[in-house]
Amino acid sequence: MKEFSALEKQLLSTIADIESVPTGAYNIREDGRLKGRSTTENIDIVSKTDKSGIDIFIKPNTKNQRVDIPVIITKSGLNDLVYNDFYVGENADVLIVAGCGIHNPGCDTARHDGIHTFHVGKNAKVKYVEKHYGEGDGSGERILNPTTVVEIDEGGYLEMETVQIKGVDSTVRTTNAVLGKDATLIIREKIMTHGKQTAETHFTVDLNGENSGAHVISRSVAKDSSHQVYNSLVNGNNKCNGHTECDAIIMDNGTVSAIPRINANCVDATLIHEAAIGKIAGEQLVKLMSLGLTEKQAEEEIVNGFLK
Amino acid sequence: MLEFKNVSYVASNADGEKEIIKNVSFEIDQKFTCLTGPNGGGKSTLAKLIMGIIKPTEGRIMFEGRDITQLSITERAKEGISFAFQQPVRFKGITVSDLINFAGERKLKMNEICEYLSEVGLCAREYVNREVNASLSGGELKRIEIATAMARGAKLSVFDEPEAGIDLWSFTNLIKVFEKLRDKMGGSLIVISHQERILNIADRIIVIADGKITEDGAPKEVMNKLFLAKNCKMLENGVKA
Repeated sequence: MKEFSALEKQLLSTIADIESVPTGAYNIREDGRLKGRSTTENIDIVSKTDKSGIDIFIKPNTKNQRVDIPVIITKSGLNDLVYNDFYVGENADVLIVAGCGIHNPGCDTARHDGIHTFHVGKNAKVKYVEKHYGEGDGSGERILNPTTVVEIDEGGYLEMETVQIKGVDSTVRTTNAVLGKDATLIIREKIMTHGKQTAETHFTVDLNGENSGAHVISRSVAKDSSHQVYNSLVNGNNKCNGHTECDAIIMDNGTVSAIPRINANCVDATLIHEAAIGKIAGEQLVKLMSLGLTEKQAEEEIVNGFLK
Repeated sequence: MLEFKNVSYVASNADGEKEIIKNVSFEIDQKFTCLTGPNGGGKSTLAKLIMGIIKPTEGRIMFEGRDITQLSITERAKEGISFAFQQPVRFKGITVSDLINFAGERKLKMNEICEYLSEVGLCAREYVNREVNASLSGGELKRIEIATAMARGAKLSVFDEPEAGIDLWSFTNLIKVFEKLRDKMGGSLIVISHQERILNIADRIIVIADGKITEDGAPKEVMNKLFLAKNCKMLENGVKA
């Protein structure tokens, strides 16, 4: 694969910390087409034949390896739909870095819908990082709608870190997870909206296995006139632990709705939900200003820290 | 260095107005001054007036000969005034090292951060990367607040009841920290406190009650007067001293 252009490099570095062609397994998609791919002995990436997308096969016992599957869009008017399925073998321990960056230079909408399905094998451990970012001088909207389907087998562990950095005009983010015995799911979502952007999140977690556990944590900042909705539903269907938390800062005329819901369908299910929405506390601003920061700098540091 | 000239402060709320600080004037150029007095007497309000968190209704505040009455909190911080809160503020996502870096106005080296934390009895390695959030106890936050003030190294550092929420062991160490600050730090300290052991290490004690200065002098002199006043009050009330 050729080296990246300046724009590609900027988008890839923002969403996946990629500055040059990765050394391990990767699949880079640009403007709806394959830009480059590499596989390793333990990680295979195969194009789907029935629809757009890839299957990623991670062999059992693969340890400390990373797979990069970023998507970038640099054209206005492109509507990209992709299905990516991950098959993570037993006892594997891997990092998967996805993400999508849109540079929309024109007046038409640029959109990417990524449908990711994770099959996390027995006792496998996966960290999944997904960052979304939008930019461009054009007036065209930048839309990102990720759907994530998760199945975790006995003793499996999936940690999802999903971040919407900025510049995404509209997003509907859907995650549906089913956990087996002793399986663990940790989701850390961070979303920043500004302007007139909207963001909608839907988490549904079924804790089906005995001693399964899930922590769904969302931190968000809604600036200007943007609006966010956080929906989460944790179903405790066995002896399990579930926790869902939404913490949001609203600024200017930003608005946030949080609808956390927990269903205990088993007497041994322990479920907690928390939600807090509010503006930046005055005392936090005063504290940082007393250390020499201006009010604007203090606000920025508080927001950056909150979404870090 | 710091001068209050006929400063008054009237607080307004739904129930009406209340004069909290009543035409107070003083000059402070000592190394270590304690403000003490009964609860609700106006000490914390005075500290907030110094930092610019609230502005006087009347009067002027001078710092190093400059009128700072209308300066913002940030401007006063830039002038060299720092403030340690009675109830330290919690932040989600901001770490102990972030806070100390803000205070130092640069990215401090790890060993410098560790030194400040060690000074207040915290095992630096355990705290450097911790968020300044609800996972820290009140006592831990208080010590971090003091470490931050040390990193700030301001010309005038104001501490609002540093002993509040600190256990006995930490309190003993706190005295040592303030002795060290008094002896080694270049600037001046104003400490609001009720604790005799802190009052005893001050160069000067100012007693604020009902929004006015009721006593002002060297520790021995003021403490004697306070002791006598307390005994007289008890005798008046028919209680054995």
